[in-house]
Amino acid sequence: MDTHTLSDQTQSSLDGARMTGAEMVITALREQGVDTMFGYPGGAVLPIYDALYSEPSIQHILVRHEQGAGHAAEGYARSTGKCGVALATSGPGATNMVTPITDAMMDSIPMVVITGQVPTHLIGTDAFQECDTVGITRCCAKHNYLVTDVDDLARTLHEAFLIATSGRPGPVVIDIPKDVQFATGTYVGKAGVHKPTYQPKTEPSDHAIRDALDMMATARRPVFYTGGGVINSGTEASKLLRELQEATGFPVTSTLMGLGAFPASHEDWLGMVGMHGAYEANNAMHDCDLMICVGARFDDRVTGKISAFSPGSRKIHIDIDPSSINKIIRVDVPVIADCKAALRALLEGWKARRLPKPDLSDWKEQIDKWRAVDCFAYPENDGAIRPQYAVERLYELTKGRDTYISTEVGQHQMWAAQHYHFEEPNRWMTSGGLGTMGYGLPAAVGIQAAHRDSLVIDIAGEASVQMVMQEVSTAVQHKLPIKVFILNNEWMGMVRQWQELLHGERYSHSYSESLPDFVKLAEAYGAHGIRCDDPAELDAKIMEMIDHDGPVIFDCMVEKAENCLPMIPSGAPHNEMILGKISGDEIDEAGRKMV
Amino acid sequence: MSKEPIPASAYDMDHAEEVEERRTLAVLVDNEPGVLGRVVGLFSARGYNIESLTVAEVDRGKHRSRITIVTTGTAHMLEQIEAQLLRLVPVAAVIDITKSKRGIERELALVKVAGKGDPRVEALRIAEIFRAHVIDTTNESFIFELTGASEKIDQFCELMEPLGLVEVSRTGVLSIRRGKDAG
Ligand SMILES: Cc1ncc(C[n+]2csc(CCOP(=O)(O)OP(=O)(O)O)c2C)c(N)n1
Ligand SMILES: [Mg+2]
Repeated sequence: MDTHTLSDQTQSSLDGARMTGAEMVITALREQGVDTMFGYPGGAVLPIYDALYSEPSIQHILVRHEQGAGHAAEGYARSTGKCGVALATSGPGATNMVTPITDAMMDSIPMVVITGQVPTHLIGTDAFQECDTVGITRCCAKHNYLVTDVDDLARTLHEAFLIATSGRPGPVVIDIPKDVQFATGTYVGKAGVHKPTYQPKTEPSDHAIRDALDMMATARRPVFYTGGGVINSGTEASKLLRELQEATGFPVTSTLMGLGAFPASHEDWLGMVGMHGAYEANNAMHDCDLMICVGARFDDRVTGKISAFSPGSRKIHIDIDPSSINKIIRVDVPVIADCKAALRALLEGWKARRLPKPDLSDWKEQIDKWRAVDCFAYPENDGAIRPQYAVERLYELTKGRDTYISTEVGQHQMWAAQHYHFEEPNRWMTSGGLGTMGYGLPAAVGIQAAHRDSLVIDIAGEASVQMVMQEVSTAVQHKLPIKVFILNNEWMGMVRQWQELLHGERYSHSYSESLPDFVKLAEAYGAHGIRCDDPAELDAKIMEMIDHDGPVIFDCMVEKAENCLPMIPSGAPHNEMILGKISGDEIDEAGRKMV
Repeated sequence: MSKEPIPASAYDMDHAEEVEERRTLAVLVDNEPGVLGRVVGLFSARGYNIESLTVAEVDRGKHRSRITIVTTGTAHMLEQIEAQLLRLVPVAAVIDITKSKRGIERELALVKVAGKGDPRVEALRIAEIFRAHVIDTTNESFIFELTGASEKIDQFCELMEPLGLVEVSRTGVLSIRRGKDAG
């Protein structure tokens, strides 16, 4: 069969069909259920773009920079639970994709990145727009391929989806030389594709569950420490977490990546853990006698000083990736499994043992004392808008809606995590592991492309957002009504804060000079611009933003010198948080050398 | 920096005070392009040592290659090395040859020695003791081929040093386990 239109074939009948490499790409994407992809054309992907031209079932979002395509695919993936797909040309297209690939690797986001490559006979000759894409992405992707034979292409595409979405999810790169896109070969369907060396373990072992339950049954000061793994495991995992919490009554904290898996309105919710986490969460982590880590990885932003990390607790660690076990913190019971499988086994085991809800009243009394410190309290607006107040109002005015939040990186990100509250998983998209400024705006584009009718807000900093500003044009083109809510403090605020803390207030190159007029900029892009510098007008203007049927840049001018607190200074343990004010001598010599 | 021994961690811990062990690991991989790059890249990216590395395809039909790596590290590091290797998609298995009682390690060396007169005779005599074969000879030189444990080859080269050792080429360590079973 040489001529056919892809759309009027059923997928199974395509198994064994003859088609070009470019057609295989589109056919495989359709077979994998891809409805949206993000990309940017160039010489080395023209055949794929040509195949896409006549393909009605895949929405292609044309970005303005390949980094935007990658982050948009991440936002799409994280907000839907599906695999994100990005497409870029060879050379600069591929290198522009390196940041989102690394970002997706660090945060375990399922993503397939397809890049064009120079024709096979030119590989290695420093041809125009040639780069060693598989070499460059080898250490920042979960796996990658250079496909040199069109008959391997379909299998490779399916294998890439399998690897990206199973086990610990991550980005997979497929580099396809242009001649392979033109060549004709035989398509294979996804059914027959498997990878014998790749067999992630998803079911927990019985003895690990038994040991974990033994510890849970006798714990007096337990805490669930949950992370992005619960989100990655799917909505079922969040549901099981809630049920297990209900059965046990154990308090719950979460990493930045895990927010939303457990409802923030719950009385046993402790708030976020970590460097800028809640006082009650960090103290509970420090003083607990049993820590149940579910899909988190003891990141240094969470643990603080390792040698003083939760010294009196026994630890259970549920993780799908065996290399996460004992990497940073020694644990007593490793449970290597998908979070939902482990949570289900624990819940069933707890019920089978007919364990009563333990009496944790002493522990909860202690937690209430920590809560009473009210660590996220901040001073009243005195003239200028406090950034915390801005996030709080944004939360109050949007919480009843179908809302998704993304962020850039900096103080605003932490204020968003502290003052915006999540009831559901997949509603919060942020760059945790890599801390990528410029993540949030393109991520919002990706989220909105998946959820056309929802309210999608990027809580941004004025410095971060300028790294990807051009994606507003993408939003306008594709009628994606994202809201970019900039907490404009005219500083790289987080850098300024660290310079205050560590370098004697020598603010070297951290002032945001020559800022654009964001309102005019919005208008120049054909979007709507709003500026607010008066607390009294904030609510009305936020409502104006929400009600505007199209992309908005909201320039929220906030108090410039506000610090993000509370904070565990680097090198300090959890129970030594800075609460009210930075004095400048919190961090010792060893701590100064850390990041 | 604090000296508290536990909990063990990658940060903030004085690794200098921990004993380093040497390990020989056999890594069975799918022989796909770039697989060696992945393994070596993992070692350099995570700061692990490679003392010796050998690789060759061992099963054409199954596209299997066997990589033998000699590495050193603390117990914690070695545990991580194994886990991180297994995270690589083409890695099918990692066998700790050192820990296994049944491990055998061998190396092959080609050793060039030049000289005349007594040293030349002495070199030949030592080679016989070590069961080294002469695979090339001129009036003034020999090339010996020698297999054995790495220490044996070290010792051979040491003895050849004063007798006119010119050049050594070694394969690095190969490994396998005794008994009837694979892996
Ligand atoms: C790509 C990238 N470059 C540099 C940094 C280091 N960095 C972290 S926060 C920050 C400042 C962010 O400023 P802004 O976006 O205005 O946010 P604010 O902290 O003021 O809320 C910088 C430069 C980073 N995280 N990412
Ligand atoms: Mg700023």
